[in-house]
Amino acid sequence: MGKTEKSGLYVHVPFCLRKCPYCAFYSIPSMQLVPSWLKALEKEMDCYRNRFDPFDSIYLGGGTPSVLRLVEIERIMNALFDHFTFAAHTEITIEANPGDLTQAKAKGFRSLGINRVNVGVQSFDDRILAFLGRRHTARQAGEAVDMLRSAGFENVGMDLIYGVSGQDLGAWSDTLHCALSFAPEHLSCYQLTLEAETPFGAMMDQGLITPLPEKEERLWFLETSRFLGKRGFIHYEISNFAREERFSSRHNTKYWNHVPYLGLGPSAHSFLDGSRWWNARSLDTYLEKLSAGKAPIEDSEHLTDEEFLLETVALGLRTSRGIALEILSPGTAGEERISTLEACGLIRQDHSRLSPTRAGFLVADRMPLYLLD
Amino acid sequence: MHGGKQGMIHIRNFSIIAHIDHGKSTLADRLIQKTGLVDDRHFRDQILDTMDIERERGITIKSQAITLPYTSKEGENYELNLIDTPGHVDFSYEVSRALASCEGVLLLVDASQGVEAQTIANLYAAMEHDLEIIPVINKIDLPSADIDRVKEEIEADLGLDSDLSILCSAKEGTGIEEVLEAIVKKIPPPSLPESDTLKALIFDAHYDPYRGTVVSCRVFSGKVRPGDIIRLMSTGATYKVEEVGFFRLTREPQKELSTGQVGYIISGIKTVSDTRIGDTITLDGNPAEKALPGFKEVKPVVFSSVYPISSEDYQSLSDSLEKYKLNDAALVFQKDSSAALGLGFRCGFLGLLHLEIFQERLEREFDQSIIMTVPSVRYRFLLTNGDSLVVDNPINYPDPAAIESSLEPYIRSRIMIPERYMGAVMDPCLERRGVNSRFSYLTPGRIEIQFDMPLSEVIYDFYDRLKTVTQGYGSFDYDLLDYRKSDLVRLDILVNGERVDALSQIVQRDRARPRALQACQRLKEEIPRHLFKIAIQGAVGGTIIARSTVSPFRKDVTAKCYGGDITRKRKLLEKQKKGKKRMKMIGSVTIPQSAFVSLLKSEKK
Repeated sequence: MGKTEKSGLYVHVPFCLRKCPYCAFYSIPSMQLVPSWLKALEKEMDCYRNRFDPFDSIYLGGGTPSVLRLVEIERIMNALFDHFTFAAHTEITIEANPGDLTQAKAKGFRSLGINRVNVGVQSFDDRILAFLGRRHTARQAGEAVDMLRSAGFENVGMDLIYGVSGQDLGAWSDTLHCALSFAPEHLSCYQLTLEAETPFGAMMDQGLITPLPEKEERLWFLETSRFLGKRGFIHYEISNFAREERFSSRHNTKYWNHVPYLGLGPSAHSFLDGSRWWNARSLDTYLEKLSAGKAPIEDSEHLTDEEFLLETVALGLRTSRGIALEILSPGTAGEERISTLEACGLIRQDHSRLSPTRAGFLVADRMPLYLLD
Repeated sequence: MHGGKQGMIHIRNFSIIAHIDHGKSTLADRLIQKTGLVDDRHFRDQILDTMDIERERGITIKSQAITLPYTSKEGENYELNLIDTPGHVDFSYEVSRALASCEGVLLLVDASQGVEAQTIANLYAAMEHDLEIIPVINKIDLPSADIDRVKEEIEADLGLDSDLSILCSAKEGTGIEEVLEAIVKKIPPPSLPESDTLKALIFDAHYDPYRGTVVSCRVFSGKVRPGDIIRLMSTGATYKVEEVGFFRLTREPQKELSTGQVGYIISGIKTVSDTRIGDTITLDGNPAEKALPGFKEVKPVVFSSVYPISSEDYQSLSDSLEKYKLNDAALVFQKDSSAALGLGFRCGFLGLLHLEIFQERLEREFDQSIIMTVPSVRYRFLLTNGDSLVVDNPINYPDPAAIESSLEPYIRSRIMIPERYMGAVMDPCLERRGVNSRFSYLTPGRIEIQFDMPLSEVIYDFYDRLKTVTQGYGSFDYDLLDYRKSDLVRLDILVNGERVDALSQIVQRDRARPRALQACQRLKEEIPRHLFKIAIQGAVGGTIIARSTVSPFRKDVTAKCYGGDITRKRKLLEKQKKGKKRMKMIGSVTIPQSAFVSLLKSEKK
């Protein structure tokens, strides 16, 4: 679907049946508050009428949006269409846990206008799935994709995790092969990150699990990129691959290009006209504030030119699109640095843009300061 | 107060000699409190150590004086002048001038640590000045105090009569009165002068932003009053005295300073550099024939360049040096420039500690972010065309083809140690090209070793090394001797093929390779990883003699960056950027200040 300048709309569904030990996103493992949350979400939508419209992407993320019943998802979709205007061919994505999908649910998604499903497969190896605390099997994951296909979905993505303790490169390669057998339009391959404030993070602090050595991380990343590249996938962002340009995530691309987005639900972030704000990372606070008639915003920031530039470079260098050369202030020092990075094979220059190479992706977080200094 | 011939018998001028942690500042504090100069409400610890660095490092950098009024048990009123001295070999000349202003010293020994040797040099200096020495055993309140053993050491190691020693606990305030009584009873009053012409010894000078230079002095003969025209005998410069007085906690103006007294003179001297420590003040109208003995011009022996980390701070650095100089006559500096670091200053110091203090004070008190280059001594080169060249900056190392011969300064080092450390001390001395060794017994069990050594070998951390191998019992002192032939080369450091002139050093040829290996290793540890590999090479002429490599980042990227991650990521980058402020871009490589600092020390602690 490619990049557009229209806004994106994100809904954070803060519920999971149970928490995965690696995940740092906000959610609670109880469905009790779903009705209050739905009500609050509609109130929150009231706050933003006419501010972002029109949208051309909706993304139901979380948490686990697929744990909601179909009627609940329908209520959200209806409320969105009531409150906001949308462009034709809006990309509407839902994240789904394979364990939640049934044929009826898949068909239901379709009938609600959802046209893209991102399935949280994570692995096609049941031992890895168990280690990751997933509540589905590899077989269920495959079946979920089949159900989506038979419900008519032509844009299915899979999330995969690699670099898990006990997994070797061969096992990861098996998962990739398996994933490709379902001919997904999109793949997100995330290197396992042991995040602080997650059970895995705590285990790392206790020395129970260790992250991959840097050398291994590098190897796995490059192998993944090459493997998918050979099979025609476009490596368009650090962790994201699209079978064709049009299958890259329109919604997520907005985050990386400073395109306006509205985030609804606890912990969701929004961005508009150089300002960013974010909601309280607590369902209770979120509900309280909205029931008191207040926006559930925790904090906000307005980017200075310098901050905006830093973000532009940092985000841009994480994507294959890269950054426009013109945003870097001219000067010989800058040019020298660009040629240094080019000579090291970390970036390439064409059509007045600088974009990272595969090796450049690996150090994408290190490049902005070097180029901007 | 007192003064004149009658008053002199009520004046006592003394100093305190102590090992670093033996409680000198605390004892000084107690004496100040006991004599009622300050009430407890206004009291703060380490009154005499006015600089932050002095308080933190527990060292005294500048000499200080304070006049304490004291009424003895017999009801006599005394004027006690405590002259505090620096305690490091870099400042041994200042120490000698302060001691020259005294008639006696308190030798402070920790009751549990016993006699330690760092201060032995000062004790010997005190003996050379024929000063009365009163041993004071401090910290007797400690459970580990072993007074008998310490007394034995005082007799055996120092050759002093331990029966005369006073027991005290400066911390608890016990024995302080006994100390004060001993000062008035055992230390003699100033001796009668031969004539009435003014002779006053300058032992310190400091800068007051409102009054100009405040000269600390000891009057040996005659008197000085406001309105007098004084003459500094070494320079011949004359000034009109504006104010004289005593140092209390603040300055206390007096009508005059007379024979035997210690105090200050303010006379419109603009900077402390216009005064010379050790110089004699006399009256312009009735000058003394001869100056007091012992004056010498203090000359810098260690040179290093200072650069602002950010070149736009050059002016601010320049202003700071001007201000710094107001209060540190020993510092010399002139403009310097480096291809790698831009505009800066070449500075001369008395020694490495002086340099370190300079560096710390510039950063803390003057808020300057600076880089200092590897210290150098002053070398001499005789050129084939007959010219001779003095070089204290590696940037000026001459074309090797034009060098006929090269010379480096030698010192005579005097190391005083208990006999048992003799073996341990030999190694570092020989390693550092020590020659011509001589030994002599000072007292049974205590030995003095003399070595002729290149000055360049001791300016790094020789003193630290000596303290380590002698467990603190070694004391060290040196005099400049002469220049001797030495095959000197310039060791260059190349970072990714580019010579960083600020990292160059002049070294003796045989020392080039070990020094190069060490530099490459240090820099490898200090230069952070970059996006590309960094080669660090040591070279003499065109020949690479050492090499190390900083491997590049292999991976630095987070897997996820969606709506909620962007602000966090930016903040992280901003934090990294702040860290980079203390670094210097050289070519495409960012070199942190710590990398330059790491080369200042020759050995790892």
